[in-house]
Amino acid sequence: MIRFLARRLLWFAITLLGVVTISFFLMRAVRGGPFDGERRLHPAIEANLAARYHLDWPLWRQYLQYLGPFDWSDQGIGALLHVEADTDALQRLPADRVEGRTFRVGSSVVTWTGELGPTPLGGVLTGDLGPSFKYRDFTVNDIIGQSLPISVALGSVALLFALTLGLVAGIGSALWRGTNIDLSLRLAATAGIALPNFVIAGFLIILFAFLMPLLPVAGWGSPRHMVLPGFALGAPFAAYIARLARTGLLEVLSKDHIRTARAKGLSEWLILVRHALKGGLLPVVSYLGPATAGILTGSLVIERLFGIPGTGSHFVNSALNRDYTLSMGVTILYTVLVYSLNTLVDLVYTLLDPRIELEES
Amino acid sequence: MGRGRWGLWWRQGIALVLVGGLLVVVLRALSAARIERADMVFNNSTEISTLDPATVTGVPEGRILRAIFEGLTIKHPETLEALPGMAERWEVSPDGLTYTFHIRRGARWTNGDPVTAHDFVYSWQRFLDPRTAAEYAYQLWYVEGAEAYSTDVGQDGAPRRSFDTVGIRALDEQILEVKLAAPTPFFLQLTAFYPLYPVNRRNLEEAKAQFPDTWQFEWLRPERLVTNGPFRVAERRVNDRIRLVKNEDYWAADEVALRTIDALAIESYMTGLNLYLSGEVDWINLVPASLVPRLLPREDFDPTPYFGSYFFRINTTRPHLADKRIRRALALAIDRRAITDKIVKSGQRPWYSLVPFGMEGYTPQELDHAGKDGALDYAAALTQDQEEAKRIFAELGYGSGGRDFPTIELHYNTSETHRDIAEVVADTWKRVLGVDAKLLNQEWKVYLDTQSNLNFDVSRSAWIGDYIDPNTFLDLFVTGGENNKTGWGDARYDELIEKSKYEVDPAVRRAQLEEAERILMDELPILPIYSYVTQNIVNPRLGGFPGNLLDEQFPRFWYWMDDEELAERRAARGDDQERAAAPGPKEGLYSPAEMRRRAAGGRGE
Repeated sequence: MIRFLARRLLWFAITLLGVVTISFFLMRAVRGGPFDGERRLHPAIEANLAARYHLDWPLWRQYLQYLGPFDWSDQGIGALLHVEADTDALQRLPADRVEGRTFRVGSSVVTWTGELGPTPLGGVLTGDLGPSFKYRDFTVNDIIGQSLPISVALGSVALLFALTLGLVAGIGSALWRGTNIDLSLRLAATAGIALPNFVIAGFLIILFAFLMPLLPVAGWGSPRHMVLPGFALGAPFAAYIARLARTGLLEVLSKDHIRTARAKGLSEWLILVRHALKGGLLPVVSYLGPATAGILTGSLVIERLFGIPGTGSHFVNSALNRDYTLSMGVTILYTVLVYSLNTLVDLVYTLLDPRIELEES
Repeated sequence: MGRGRWGLWWRQGIALVLVGGLLVVVLRALSAARIERADMVFNNSTEISTLDPATVTGVPEGRILRAIFEGLTIKHPETLEALPGMAERWEVSPDGLTYTFHIRRGARWTNGDPVTAHDFVYSWQRFLDPRTAAEYAYQLWYVEGAEAYSTDVGQDGAPRRSFDTVGIRALDEQILEVKLAAPTPFFLQLTAFYPLYPVNRRNLEEAKAQFPDTWQFEWLRPERLVTNGPFRVAERRVNDRIRLVKNEDYWAADEVALRTIDALAIESYMTGLNLYLSGEVDWINLVPASLVPRLLPREDFDPTPYFGSYFFRINTTRPHLADKRIRRALALAIDRRAITDKIVKSGQRPWYSLVPFGMEGYTPQELDHAGKDGALDYAAALTQDQEEAKRIFAELGYGSGGRDFPTIELHYNTSETHRDIAEVVADTWKRVLGVDAKLLNQEWKVYLDTQSNLNFDVSRSAWIGDYIDPNTFLDLFVTGGENNKTGWGDARYDELIEKSKYEVDPAVRRAQLEEAERILMDELPILPIYSYVTQNIVNPRLGGFPGNLLDEQFPRFWYWMDDEELAERRAARGDDQERAAAPGPKEGLYSPAEMRRRAAGGRGE
């Protein structure tokens, strides 16, 4: 168990570093920058802005600053190094030759000028995701801190809907296999998968907010605000869970150990609860890991339609706004969630199926 | 057996934690405190980038800042003329260069400090300082020495010049003297413009002392931000809402009716409209274009002229577009009414000049077209224009019997409306001139990059004026201007724009600007399409909300009409419009001053 977790943790660190590095350079490679707007800025003002956010630094230095934990600005480690992207200086230096205290890194010339002193710590390694480029009154930590609980709350409601509806439908479908009940439940599940959640949401709004004004059309702030978006968000998941549960359960019900149990004279109820469900629900559990990560980090479409201030919209908007730090922040968040939930799923596996051992995974 | 026991234990543990965790989250979410509805709720359509007046540039930011800060002047909500704000009066020297502002006695910050002339010197120095990186810094470059102060930057990012070289001086606590580099007829509009709002020095310095690393965020937190306007920020949640609460210490608090205002950050037009229709929001400023025809008959949707222009930029450095006769033919062929009537549909005007409709004291100089004098109806004029376009193309040897004109790349940012407009343009060019146009859509930031780097043939564009003056449009197209983005330049045009900056006589200045626009409309580096209208839907009960050309609203004047006043308003307007629900207090919500007037038997406005 401990060994399993330790190994997972190590891989987690490697994965995260990979994700941070790749997304950092991908993000910077996209055309357009955070301060491009309909009104193009005066070159002097643009330079002032770039300087304030270190966008005038060479990319490797920005990357190291982002990663942390050392401060690469002129007040930090930068005080030791004089960095310039001067092409004249580059031409004077033969390729990659170290000349005294001056050397080349990428497209810049670095001169070692001082000695190492204490520098303030920062960057991703210390858990500091930096300031947002677009929402300048907030750090990325602030933004995630404010929006994640909302997405998690909505996601939990949706998950509760999805699990209750999905499991009941799936199990019912398997038990009454071939009957009209099975048929209609499967039809509903297929519809749930086929209909995009914004269509479901649209119907719900028309029905329950306008025709029968029972629930608010949008917004966030009270339990009533959660019902429609929670249901719309959970519906496709419920449908999927129903299908998985049905298939899984049917497979288990045809197994030998179930026949043995029946032969022993156990009641159908006991067979279902004690012997069939555990094995039958394994596919549902393995689906739940990534699904939960997805559902908890919010859905762009549902959040937009219902005006919910969760993290979902940041995944898309931050990339569109070229809000480098926020975009990286939510990517890191998602990586962490997917990874930890998958680990959790592996743990739950052993709970449901005693034949699975952690050490093997 | 120890192992099995362990296994059992932790298995049950995990199950408990999982189920318990989910329940706790759901219960916590369900028990979250309900936010009480504000006196007035409007949708600001997006999350604002910052509350710091010095570093903002956007319209949504302006809506919040006008509520919480106040500049030297404020604007009349309808005519936009300058009214006393933080300055109770001012004098202008005869040459139009020196402004002397007398700061209002008794004006206070929300932390109790009096507002003084020094606050403006401090704030404007900060605004111009390159380290503040203010995007709108150039709005104050009309002041002597200001541009050099902002742009002459040393190695450490600090300005190289002393602030003494800038014409901003506090003569004493109460008197602020501003020396301009050139007479700027719209300077008193600028002093009411949000980038020039003052900030509180103690607010910033205390935050710096308390949070040396994170003060940039800390001083703007609702609990710390010090403001001087009719409202203050009580609460803020990213992408959700900003709760504004009446500032009881505001110098004209007696005239402010609303006690709380919520500004929502809902981005979907549809959701905004849903919220409005269900009465949860009282004002939205954008509607889905497809619903405009259904909304137009309603009394609460009344598009009025808006100081903005929709046009296409032409890359005049492309060989096939370098000839102004080609550009003229392209401009004449476009069916503008098909765009305004069938695509945008809210009453936008087909437009033939850069400066939009609606400004007094200036006549937009239209390009030469058949409908210019208004004698012909639109269809007849368009036919004549398109005939002329064909003739131009034939004379230049293009079209039937001649060469094929190279394909034009028509470039726009991803949006249904822009695509539809581009399709109309491409279609008319094909039908009238036989020119093939290829539609290219790009994501917003990529599109901006393409435009700045002149990587297009023809590119969708728009411009909204910052203040009511033709200069805010015509200034764009001076040679090499950073917002020119057409590669076009004209010496006479540059000369006229430059001269107009130093011209004191309004009539002469007007003639200079009109001549400049005539040059622009003769050379046509842009193809004008239409002049904007506003898209507000407002609760009919909301008073103190007259439309204006800049679509700027002033929460300080807002109030709720009682049933009696609402009925009077409706009667005065006539009955040709569909009545809309007017939720809100039936007894109205008026300012203390208005209540006293009413009690005394008078009925003021």
